[in-house]
Amino acid sequence: MKLDSKIPDGPLSEKWDRHRFELKLVNPANKKKFKILVVGTGLAGASTSATLAELGYEVETFCIQDSPRRAHSISAQGGINAAKNYQNDGDSIWRLFYDTIKGGDFRSREANVYRLAQVSNNIIDQCVAQGVPFAREYSGMLANRSFGGAQVSRTFYARGQTGQQLLLGAYGALSRQIAAGKVKLFTRRDMLDLVVIDGKARGIIVRNLVSGDLEKYSADAVVLATGGYGNVFYLSTNAMASNVSAAFASYKKGAFFANPCFTQIHPTCIPVKGTYQSKLTLMSESLRNDGRVWVPKTPGDKRLPGQISESERDYYLENKYPGFGNLVPRDVASRNAKNQCDMDKGVGDTQLAVYLDFEDAIKRSGQDVIGKKYGNLFKMYEKITADNPYETPMKIYPAVHYTMGGLWVDYNLMSTIPGLFVLGEANFSDHGSNRLGASALMQGLADGYFIIPYTIGSYLAEAPLGKIDEDHKEFSLSSLEVETRIKKLISIEGGRTVDSFHRELGRILWEYCGMSRNNSGLKKAKKLIRDLRVEYWENVLVGGSEKDFNQSLERAWRVADFLEFGELMVIDALERQESCGGHFNEKYQTDTHEALRDDKHFCHVSAGEFRGDNRKPKFHKEPLTFENVKLTQRSYK
Amino acid sequence: MKQANGDKCIKLKLKVWRQKTQGSKGRFESFKAENISKDMSFLEMLDVVNEKIILSGKPPIAFDHDCREGICGSCGAMVNGRAHGPEKGTTLCQLHMRHFSDGDTVVIEPWRSRAFKVVKDLVVDRSALDKIIQAGGYVSVNTGGVPDGNAIPVPQEIAEKAMDAAECIGCGACAAACPNASVMLFTGAKISQFALLPQGHPEAKKRVLAMVGKMDQLGFGNCTNEKECAAECPKEISIINIARMNREFLKSGLFS
Ligand SMILES: Cc1cc2nc3c(=O)[nH]c(=O)nc-3n(C[C@H](O)[C@H](O)[C@H](O)COP(=O)(O)OP(=O)(O)OC[C@H]3O[C@@H](n4cnc5c(N)ncnc54)[C@H](O)[C@@H]3O)c2cc1C
Ligand code: FES
Repeated sequence: MKLDSKIPDGPLSEKWDRHRFELKLVNPANKKKFKILVVGTGLAGASTSATLAELGYEVETFCIQDSPRRAHSISAQGGINAAKNYQNDGDSIWRLFYDTIKGGDFRSREANVYRLAQVSNNIIDQCVAQGVPFAREYSGMLANRSFGGAQVSRTFYARGQTGQQLLLGAYGALSRQIAAGKVKLFTRRDMLDLVVIDGKARGIIVRNLVSGDLEKYSADAVVLATGGYGNVFYLSTNAMASNVSAAFASYKKGAFFANPCFTQIHPTCIPVKGTYQSKLTLMSESLRNDGRVWVPKTPGDKRLPGQISESERDYYLENKYPGFGNLVPRDVASRNAKNQCDMDKGVGDTQLAVYLDFEDAIKRSGQDVIGKKYGNLFKMYEKITADNPYETPMKIYPAVHYTMGGLWVDYNLMSTIPGLFVLGEANFSDHGSNRLGASALMQGLADGYFIIPYTIGSYLAEAPLGKIDEDHKEFSLSSLEVETRIKKLISIEGGRTVDSFHRELGRILWEYCGMSRNNSGLKKAKKLIRDLRVEYWENVLVGGSEKDFNQSLERAWRVADFLEFGELMVIDALERQESCGGHFNEKYQTDTHEALRDDKHFCHVSAGEFRGDNRKPKFHKEPLTFENVKLTQRSYK
Repeated sequence: MKQANGDKCIKLKLKVWRQKTQGSKGRFESFKAENISKDMSFLEMLDVVNEKIILSGKPPIAFDHDCREGICGSCGAMVNGRAHGPEKGTTLCQLHMRHFSDGDTVVIEPWRSRAFKVVKDLVVDRSALDKIIQAGGYVSVNTGGVPDGNAIPVPQEIAEKAMDAAECIGCGACAAACPNASVMLFTGAKISQFALLPQGHPEAKKRVLAMVGKMDQLGFGNCTNEKECAAECPKEISIINIARMNREFLKSGLFS
């Protein structure tokens, strides 16, 4: 099968307008005849549900949590980008486009990224109109801060809780449609399978997490906005329920999985403390606006930070990358932190940490100003570590944060299964091999508010969709498969808990498929994951019953999928014999240890096709063509 | 990696509310929590206890949680009679075990409020909070066709005050802490956010009437100024928001 990205013709800046004109419209009176299932209520899902319902479609919306407002997007801290150029500092749609393409190390589609930059401005307007309390200047105008990988200030924010405020805006819009009877909401539901009939996505099987019952829902199209798979590493900054299961079930039903090995390790997180640890906490990238990253110059220097004088400190990012300093992109900052620790310059108890120091910023601007900008982050840091960052530098270390890989989608955000659309972090679309800060919120809302309403309409207007309902035999078959797998999980009654398997899987991936990868390690990981998967199906202990509120079973299902998906990641990493962005294969690096791409052989998206359990997936290539930007070795010096 | 070491570890006795389903009768069950590192969060302590319970073949303690960063509002329980435990301005997931001492007995119960029914163990049904928002906790704009973000200036001080109110995470601690099971802090915070911002003004009257009406209809109690809600709020949402809601209510003309 040839991957058709459906990128419209014409000059870059006109593609989206032209495409919108060419897309078919659904007659307003007919919209209510179409039912759309939206899985997920994060920024992507909530904005989609609200917008489609406003247009008149019949929408049913699902989420795992007890309320749509609790989706993982709520925890995004730092901000959202837009090319408003309110600062008059040289920003433009073109520059946001270029920074994002370059930040992604030239592994994303020009047309998608350009469209993202175009609609970024509408997002800010929309959110302001919803009453999102963005930070303001004394003049009453919107304020901006800087994020990594950019030399302009284009990030809009609401203290350190931008994701919360944007999500509450979208949740408000969704709530309004629920009240109007246009959206039916189903909370505490876990999508466990996708139902495909006559080659088209026509429904889902979900488990009611309170009763344990399996439920069937049919529709004319399905939108997945189920977030990223960072939790495959066990420890990550993602919320505990974040998972790959909905996407993976779709993969098994024919949706290709693109670039699974592209994962983002965020440079500024609170370091790991002990084996009991359940998750890692991000300290927003916005802190790098004012914080300075350093380590002692002498390896093994165990003195307290205050005892190490200015001349004995190595501000390694500022020294190595004078152009961007502490604001280099995440992949670069993370790799450098790891290199410093590998050189025995790490700090703190575990020596797997570097300092992020606010002393100069506090001297310069005063504690008040710094507190106003980052107060809630400082407080959170102190709660977790019992250290006060106003007085002593923060200790930070990279942690798994975001996944650029995801289900393959075309320009219309449709997967390789007609009628299955994938939005937000769950798709692979816009960030190449490294996402820049403050651009995930932008993408999720762009997809949901401004792209899907056009493209899904065209699909519905064109596709001849027969009437089907939940009595169709595909629903029973699917439901039966799910039930069998659940029963199997419960019946194993082995000797190891789900979490203990998950932790081990995470350790394998962190070690061999994390910040730095090499071919022998990846091969080893593949075998280790397989062995662990075999053990899982013989020795996992889930406990309880399936017809119950059973949180251990919820996790058991997700970990079963992670154990298969982890192998897909490793295979993809092995296939991509180059380094780019977050995918760093030690064999391919420049003299200064930067990622060395191989544009001749790997300037493509690789999309895995499922070909049966325990069979090697087939990887398809979508070549990436660059007509508007020149491929260069990324430089942040 | 360094392990939790001896001097940093404590032992606790837990008394946990166990209830199989909404309709069934609940009771307290005791557990020993051993080798608990002081760096653990309260929920990580529960994870450790649950691992042991699962291995012993019994059903683990059910509790809601997701972000574990104090922002999603999923977690929450009464710990020794206090919503989210003893630390001020802290959600349960951000409460760390260094605030407990070796040998402590810790009583853990679900939110107790007539509008929140127990689903299982520490998990409660808080859909009533969503219903209050559905009654009017938004600005009624459709996607598209809105003015430029800078078209209506919002004084910084106003934006900051609106943000103070908007920080509510919807965890329900206010209702759980209130002797009258009032949820006015939650509702007041949303009403305040929009009452402060120009974008919220056109619908102010309708909004306050609808949201307050819904709150009463759902069985939440009235505010008699006990101020427990603000004292226990993990986001330290100010009681001023209730006063502002009351002002908005009066302004709405019902009594004028
Ligand atoms: C700590 C942190 C800080 C961040 N800060 C920023 C930032 O400052 N700026 C920025 O741009 N980005 C940031 N990001 C990234 C950004 O928050 C996410 O990429 C984005 O919010 C993802 O949104 P989403 O709508 O795609 O998915 P999510 O918000 O993850 O939502 C997923 C939804 O799908 C549902 N779901 C999942 N699986 C299933 C299933 N099987 N069945 C039913 N429902 C399901 C969930 O219930 C949920 O409603 C941050 C991420 C983290 C972890
Ligand atoms: S788990 Fe999200 S607030 Fe505690």
